[in-house]
Amino acid sequence: MSSRLRKYRNALMLGIFTLCTLLALIPLFGVLGYVVKNGISALNLEFFTSLPQPMGVAGGGMANAIVGTLILIAIAGVLGIPTGILAAIYLTEYDRVSWLSTLVRFTTDVLTGIPSIIIGIVVYTTLVMKTGNFSAFAGGVALAIIMVPLVIRSTEEMLKLVPQTIREAGYALGIPRWRTILRIVLPTAAKGILTGAMLAVARAAGETAPLLFTALGNQYWAHSLNEPIAALPLQIYQYATSPYKDWHRQAWAGSLVLIFLVIILSFVARLAFRNRKNF
Amino acid sequence: MKQNRASAGDTILRLLTFLMAVGVVGLIIWVGWEMFSSAKESINAFGWSFVTNRVWDPVKQNFGALPFIYGTIVTSLIALVVAGPIGLGVAIFLNEMAPGKVRSLISFLVELLAAIPSVVYGLWGIFVLAPLLRDYVEPWLEKWFGFLPLFQGSAVGLGMLSGGLILAIMILPTIAAISREVMAAVPDSQREAALALGATKWEMVRVAVLAYAKSGILGGVMLGLGRALGETMAVTMVIGNRPDILPSLFAPAYSMAAVIANEFTEATYNLYLSSLVEIGLILFGITLVLNAFARLLVWSVARGPKGGHLV
Repeated sequence: MSSRLRKYRNALMLGIFTLCTLLALIPLFGVLGYVVKNGISALNLEFFTSLPQPMGVAGGGMANAIVGTLILIAIAGVLGIPTGILAAIYLTEYDRVSWLSTLVRFTTDVLTGIPSIIIGIVVYTTLVMKTGNFSAFAGGVALAIIMVPLVIRSTEEMLKLVPQTIREAGYALGIPRWRTILRIVLPTAAKGILTGAMLAVARAAGETAPLLFTALGNQYWAHSLNEPIAALPLQIYQYATSPYKDWHRQAWAGSLVLIFLVIILSFVARLAFRNRKNF
Repeated sequence: MKQNRASAGDTILRLLTFLMAVGVVGLIIWVGWEMFSSAKESINAFGWSFVTNRVWDPVKQNFGALPFIYGTIVTSLIALVVAGPIGLGVAIFLNEMAPGKVRSLISFLVELLAAIPSVVYGLWGIFVLAPLLRDYVEPWLEKWFGFLPLFQGSAVGLGMLSGGLILAIMILPTIAAISREVMAAVPDSQREAALALGATKWEMVRVAVLAYAKSGILGGVMLGLGRALGETMAVTMVIGNRPDILPSLFAPAYSMAAVIANEFTEATYNLYLSSLVEIGLILFGITLVLNAFARLLVWSVARGPKGGHLV
């Protein structure tokens, strides 16, 4: 092959890769652009303060769905974050190399790839069917299950960054291992662990499928964790697939709020992480 | 005394963390078992014919999953064909070509693409992508490629093509991120060796990077496929939700996850619910095997089991 042909081919391929990258960014700006454009025009104070109106009646808002999403991710966080952190402690502090920890790591990775609607089904056939009703609690449990593998993975990464010498310093002072872990190792990695947890919360906040048969959605305020609760993604789904123009507008506004929430959660997390990459 | 307290604390923390770690393995077994026992009624009633029967008729209690399996496979393949090469191109651009600042900006943007909730993609799909396909892309495809049965029929917008393209957008970040991760694990000595032999940049990428990382890249593509198979909301919103098996990509269809999402709370009798759970069980089985295999491929190139020795 002549060297000129090789150079042309080189330029062509590098051009294709650059083009691929530009092409990949089009949908990003397309989606964000439309959500911002259509969302802002539908966003007003009423959207944040009122309940949804019945079909066909204009106005109303998603106050209950916004609060509902916050409640759901709070339940999921309380259940999922400590579970994930504890499991990660086992993998880094107690058992790094055995077949068991390899199996746990492998399962964790595989679990992140299981469709989230499957988790919804299983929480339905266990929690919802046994208690006899859809509930905020069931929705929170489903989201927690989705968060756990993410928290384990990120926490494990952070704990592995803690230098071994810090642990040894603890032991040398006669501090028992469990106290070294809880009082020295965890605080050292705290920022990174929180970052990972926040990213997991952000991911859970945008999930719809696992809530369909657990939290179910609600047009009114939920008064206890034992009844169906509204959530932003559920409300967006319901409104987007309805035939009403006014609901479509609200779906865009809801999407804007949801994306804002998700990006804030992950962006803040990422910034915190940038400042603390090495200990 | 003090020694005792210390060891008690250690025993407790060790046990607690052990239980949580083992709980993850238990969780996946529990999910499988729970789905299997809920799907049993349908499995007993239909046996293997469940996956070959193309009729889904809740009124006559006749359930077959074939239309949903078909819709899921076709949309996922579209996604793979579109997002696979582009994702790989993005990974090569980011890892081998882009200067530092551009690289971190673009990888941030690609991550942002992954952070957008799927319901928002669905909303965008309904009101932006589907009309665009209906008015411009599908008529164009029919004009030039209409001799293929894939591109015949009326352009309605909501159908397998919309579903597949939405999925392509959603799995692209996965494919790009994992491919990049395995490319980053290729030792620089490989690249230097290729360059030293007079290779151009593209030749270096081909013989040193892609050849070295190919099994990991394949793993990344499979992870993307797994995500496409199980993705629910966006597909449900744009695929048209009709349990038909038609050759045209413009035609409305149905996917496995979509039928579960739509009909689960409406399933009025046990066999109906059980059939839906069986569809879920099939989906679970496929994604489980696919993910397990894909992770092994990725692990073989980068990361490994991430253990490292405890000093």
